[in-house]
Amino acid sequence: MSELRYTANTQLEQLHSRYTGTGHADTTKYEWLTHQQRDTLSSIIGHPSLLGYVSIADGECQARERFELIEKMVQPCGKPPGKTDD
Amino acid sequence: MSDEPYRPALQTYTAPQDILDEHAELADQDDTPDAFEETAKSKQVAARQSDYHLRRFNRADGQGEGEDESYEDRMRRSNLLREEERVRRHKEQLEKDKGEDEKMAVDDKTPPRAIAGDDTPPRAKMQEDTPPRDTTPPKKKRRWDVQEVKEEPGVPAAAPKRKSRWDQTPSETEAKPEVKKSRWDQTPAASATTSAITSTPSVGGMMMVEDKRYRRMTDEELDGLLPGDEEGYEVVPVPDDYRPAPSVRKMVPATAEHGFMMQDDSDAARARNAAGGIQGSQEQTEIEGIGTLQFLKPEDTQYFAKVLGEGGGEDDDKAYTLEELKERKIMRLLLKIKNGTPPVRKTALRQITDRAREFGAGPLFDKILPLLMERTLEDQERHLLVKVIDRVLYKLDDLVRPYVHKILVVIEPLLIDEDYYARVEGREIISNLAKAAGLAHMISTMRPDIDHVDEYVRNTTARAFSVVASALGIPALLPFLRAVCRSKKSWQARHTGIRIIQQIAIMMGCAVLPHLRNLVDTVADGLQDEQQKVRTMTALALAALAESAAPYGIESFDNVLKPLWLGIRQHRGKTLAAFLKAIGYIIPLMDPEYAGYYVRECMPILIREFQTSDEEMRRIVLQVIKQCATTEGVTPTYIKEEVLPEFFKAFWVRRMALDKRNYKQLVETTVELAQKAGVSEIVGRICNELKDESEPFRKMVMETVTKVVASIGAADIDERLEVLLIDGIIFAFQEQTLEDNIMLDGFATVVNALGDRVKPYLTQIVSMILWRLTNKSAKVRMLAADLTSRLAPIIKSSGEDGLLSKLGVVIFEQLGEEYPDALGRGAEFVPAKEWMRICFELLDLLKAHKKAIRRAAVNSFGYIAKAIGPQDVLSVLLTNLKVQERQSRVCSTVAIAIVSETCGPFTCIPAILNEYRTPELNVRNGCLKALAFVFEYVGEMSKDYIHSVVGLLEDALTDRDHVHRQTACAIVKHLAIGVAGLGYEEALTHLLNLVWPNIFETSPHVIGGVMDAIESMRLGIGAGPILSYVLQGLFHPARRVREVYWRMYNTLILGASDAMVPFYPNLGSAADLASGQDYTRHELMMWV
Repeated sequence: MSELRYTANTQLEQLHSRYTGTGHADTTKYEWLTHQQRDTLSSIIGHPSLLGYVSIADGECQARERFELIEKMVQPCGKPPGKTDD
Repeated sequence: MSDEPYRPALQTYTAPQDILDEHAELADQDDTPDAFEETAKSKQVAARQSDYHLRRFNRADGQGEGEDESYEDRMRRSNLLREEERVRRHKEQLEKDKGEDEKMAVDDKTPPRAIAGDDTPPRAKMQEDTPPRDTTPPKKKRRWDVQEVKEEPGVPAAAPKRKSRWDQTPSETEAKPEVKKSRWDQTPAASATTSAITSTPSVGGMMMVEDKRYRRMTDEELDGLLPGDEEGYEVVPVPDDYRPAPSVRKMVPATAEHGFMMQDDSDAARARNAAGGIQGSQEQTEIEGIGTLQFLKPEDTQYFAKVLGEGGGEDDDKAYTLEELKERKIMRLLLKIKNGTPPVRKTALRQITDRAREFGAGPLFDKILPLLMERTLEDQERHLLVKVIDRVLYKLDDLVRPYVHKILVVIEPLLIDEDYYARVEGREIISNLAKAAGLAHMISTMRPDIDHVDEYVRNTTARAFSVVASALGIPALLPFLRAVCRSKKSWQARHTGIRIIQQIAIMMGCAVLPHLRNLVDTVADGLQDEQQKVRTMTALALAALAESAAPYGIESFDNVLKPLWLGIRQHRGKTLAAFLKAIGYIIPLMDPEYAGYYVRECMPILIREFQTSDEEMRRIVLQVIKQCATTEGVTPTYIKEEVLPEFFKAFWVRRMALDKRNYKQLVETTVELAQKAGVSEIVGRICNELKDESEPFRKMVMETVTKVVASIGAADIDERLEVLLIDGIIFAFQEQTLEDNIMLDGFATVVNALGDRVKPYLTQIVSMILWRLTNKSAKVRMLAADLTSRLAPIIKSSGEDGLLSKLGVVIFEQLGEEYPDALGRGAEFVPAKEWMRICFELLDLLKAHKKAIRRAAVNSFGYIAKAIGPQDVLSVLLTNLKVQERQSRVCSTVAIAIVSETCGPFTCIPAILNEYRTPELNVRNGCLKALAFVFEYVGEMSKDYIHSVVGLLEDALTDRDHVHRQTACAIVKHLAIGVAGLGYEEALTHLLNLVWPNIFETSPHVIGGVMDAIESMRLGIGAGPILSYVLQGLFHPARRVREVYWRMYNTLILGASDAMVPFYPNLGSAADLASGQDYTRHELMMWV
C-alpha cells in the first residue's frame, strides 16, 4: 500500500487541481454537498428543457432564472459550519 | 488433428547446433574481439559527444563539495578570467597581426560588391571569442616540491594565470571526476603503498599496473624535466598544511604474464575485490548491504568505495558520526538507484525522496552532482540521477538555494544535448529550480556566467535563462534583460542577453506575442553594436522573434526595419547572412504594399549573394527568396524579369542536388517562385535538364516539375513544351537506377495533369512499358508494373482500350512469378495437413524476441483458421497453454482471440469453457485471458455469450488465486463495455456483486483491474446504481476504507458527474438547518 500511497497522493493533488468536485478521505459533509449542489445547478442550466421547467415553476424568465442559479452557486448550502475544536 | 500423433516442432529456423556451440565457445574466450564493444561505448554520453559538448568538463567553477561561492567571489573570479583572456588575446593578436590581411582575403566568401558607392567597413578583426579547450600550452608536469619555473619573464601581465595553487589544500576530491583531468597543479595522491606499485609483485590474482596516463612522475623523471640546482633553483620543503588528496589511481590489467603485486589496501581495492574483481561487472551482482545491482563499473567501485566491500556494510555503521552516517546512507541509496535492479531502484528512490529534507541539500548534492560529471556516465544512469535531482528538488524547495549554481553547472549541458528527452529533462529541472529558488536568487546566481570568457558557458547560460523566463514569466525577467542587453561593460553580456531573447522566442513560440514590442525594443540597439558578433546575434534574435510571432506583430518591428535594411548594405559574410535571415522572416508579416517595397530594397543584395560560395549563405538566400515570393506585394513581372534569370543561373546546377538540405530548399523555393511566375516559365527553364547525365540532378528536376504541375496544373504548358516534357520524363524514367518513387510519381502527375493531351504519346509510352515489363531485372519490371497501375485510368479515358488490353495480357501472364503470395490466394490448394505443420512451426515463432515477428505469427493463425476451419488450429493453441513459457502462452491466448474474431465467437467459446475445466493453474489462467481478448475483439457480439460465461466468471471471481480474479475482472470489463446499452443489466449487476468484494486488494495490478471493471460497469449499468454502491463507504469510520471509496467516487465524477445529479441522496436535516446549512436541493422539489 505504501507504493500506492506515494504515487496516488501525487496524482491526487493533480486531480483536485484539475477537476472540481473530486474528493478525498478527509472531505467534509459540507464540501461534498456543496459540490453536489453546484453539479445540480449547472446540470439544470446545461439542459435547456430543465431550465425552462424550473423557470416556469419559479415564475421567472429563463435568463433571470439562469442568472439566479449561477448566483446561487457561490454558497449553495449557506455558510460553512464553524470550526470545531477537534 | 486430434487423431494424428503430436509432432514436435521442427527447428528449421535456427542455426545448426555445432555452429551455435562454436560461437558460444568463442564468446567464452577472453581475447576474442567483442563485436558489440563499440555499441557499449556509445552508450556513454561523453563518448559520442562533440568537443563542444565536452567543454562542460572545463567548468572548474561550481564543482567540488560545499555550497556555492558568494556572488562577490564569483564575480571577482569571473573578472580575473576575463583579464587573463584579454591578455592571451592581446598576445595572439600581436603575433598574428601580420598574416591577418592575406588570410582575410581567403576567408571572405562574399562576392565582390556590384553595387556602386557603398563603403562597407572592413570586417571586424575579431578572433574566435572562445578560448580553445585548453587555454594554456601543454604544460610540463610539475610538482609542489619543485619550484615554479617562470616561463615568460617578459610578460608580467600574464601573471594571474600562473598562480600556483599548491598552497591550497585540495578538498576531499576522492573519485571526483575532475581528478581525471590530471591537473598539473593538483598533487597526485600518495599513500605510502602506492608509489612503488608499478613494479611490486603481488601474491597472485590478476596482474595490474597503474595506468600510465595517470601514473605520478618519479623524482628522476622530474629532475630530468625541470631545471635544477645548477640553474639556480632549489627544491622547497613540503608545506606544513599540505595534506595529499586521497589516492585515486587508474588501474589497468598488466600485459606481462608473470609477476607479483603487493596487496593494495585502499578502500577502492577492497571494494573492487568485493564486487568481483578489477573490472567491475556487467552482470547482476549481489552486494552485501546494498542488494542486487544490475552492473558495477570500475568507476563506481572507486566512487562508492566507502560503502562497498569490507566495512561498507550497515553493521559497521556504529563507529561513525551522524554526518558520516548520512553520507554513507546517501551513497548506498544512490548506488541502488543508479545501478540497482528495478525493484531495488524503486525503493531507494522513494527513500531518498521521503528523507530528502532530513538529509539536507548539502550532503545530497555533494554526492549526486559529481556523479553526473563522471566521464563514463551512460544515458540510463544520467536519466536516473536527473530524476533523483528532480524528486529531491521538489522536497527541498527553498533549501536548495545555496546549491543552485552547482546544479546549474551540471544540468545546463543537458539543454544542448542531441537527445530530445535529455533536453526536456534539463528544462524540467531548471524550471523547477527557478520556482524553488525564486527569480532574484536565480538572477544573482547566473549573472556572473553571462559574461563568462568561455562561449560554451555563455551559450548554456542563455538557454537556462530562457527556461527561467518561461517558468517565471517574461515580464518578471524583462527589466533584467533590458539592463543586460545594454551593458556598457562587456560585449559578451550584451551578446548573451540578446541570445537569451532568441532562445525565449524559439522555446515559447507564439507565447511571446504579448511581450513582442518589449522584447524587440530590448534587442533593437544591438543592430548598431560595435561588436560584429552582437550585431549578428541581434539579427538572429529578431529572426526568431518574427518567426514565432508570424503572422502577427509587424508593428512591434517598426523600430528595427530601418537598421536592418541599412545593415544589409553595410555587412558581409556571417552578419549579412543573419540580417538577411531576419528580413526573410519579417517580410511575410508585412502588409502587401510595404512588403513589395522592402523586397525591392533587398533584392539587389540577394541577387549579388547568389554568387556566394558559402553554403550556409546560399541556403539562407534561398529561404529569403522563398519568403519574398510568397508575399502578395511582389509582382509576377518583377520575379520573371529581375529574379529568375539570375536564380536559375546560380542555383540550378548539378552541385545543388548532392547536398540533401540544399536539394530540399531549392525545390521548395522554385515551387514557390512558380506560384508567382507560372508553370511554363519554370518548367520551360528546367525540363531540358531531365536529360542531364547526373541522376540526382534529374531527380531534383523531376520532383520540382511534379510539385509545380501538381499545385498549378498543366494548362499553361504549350505544345512545344509538352513534347519536350514528355520526352524528358520518358528518358528520366528509363534511366532511373535509384530506388524511390519520385520518377514514378512525376510521370503519373504530369500525365494526369495533361489529361487528353497525352493521347498522341500513349503509344510510345505503352510500348516503353511493354518492353520493360519483360525486362530481365525484377526492379525494372516492378517499376513498369507500378507505372501501368498509375496510367491505366488515363489510358482508358483516352479510349485506347487496345493498348490497355495489351498491357493486361502481359501482366496477367506474369502473375504467377511476380506475386507468389500463397497465403493470400489459393489457400485451398494447400492441404490442411500442411497448414497444420505450419501451425506447429508458428508456435516456435511465438517465442521470438521481436514483437513484430510474434504479431505476424499470431495473425497467421487467424489466416490459417480461416482457410481450414478453427477446430484444429484451436486445439493446437489450447494445448500450447500448457507450456512453461509465459510469452508463448500469452501469444497463444491472443491467437485464440484472433481465431474467434475471424471465425466467430461461437466456434471458440465452448472449447475455451471446456478447457477451463483442466485442473491446472496456467491453463485456467490462459483460458481466462483468451476470453478477455475474445470479448475485447468481438465487442457488441458479446451480448449473445454473456449468459454462457456467467458461470465461469462466478467461479473465477471467487477463486483464491488473485491473478485469477484479476483476469476475470478484465473479462468483466470488456463484457460490460461490449454489452452496454443492450439490456443486460441483470447479468452485469450479478457480476458487479462478485467483483465488489475485491476493492480492498493491495496488489497494484489486481486493484487496477478491479477498478477498471467497476468503472466499465458505470457504462454497463449506469452511474446511478454504482453511486449507490459507493455511497456506502464514503464516510466510513476507517480511513483505509474511505480512501478506496473516494477513489471510486472520483472516477465517477470524472466520467459521469452530470448523470449522477438525480441519484444524489437527500441529506437535508433539521439539525443542519439549525446550524445554518441548508443541504436540500430545492430546485429538484419544484413541481408545475
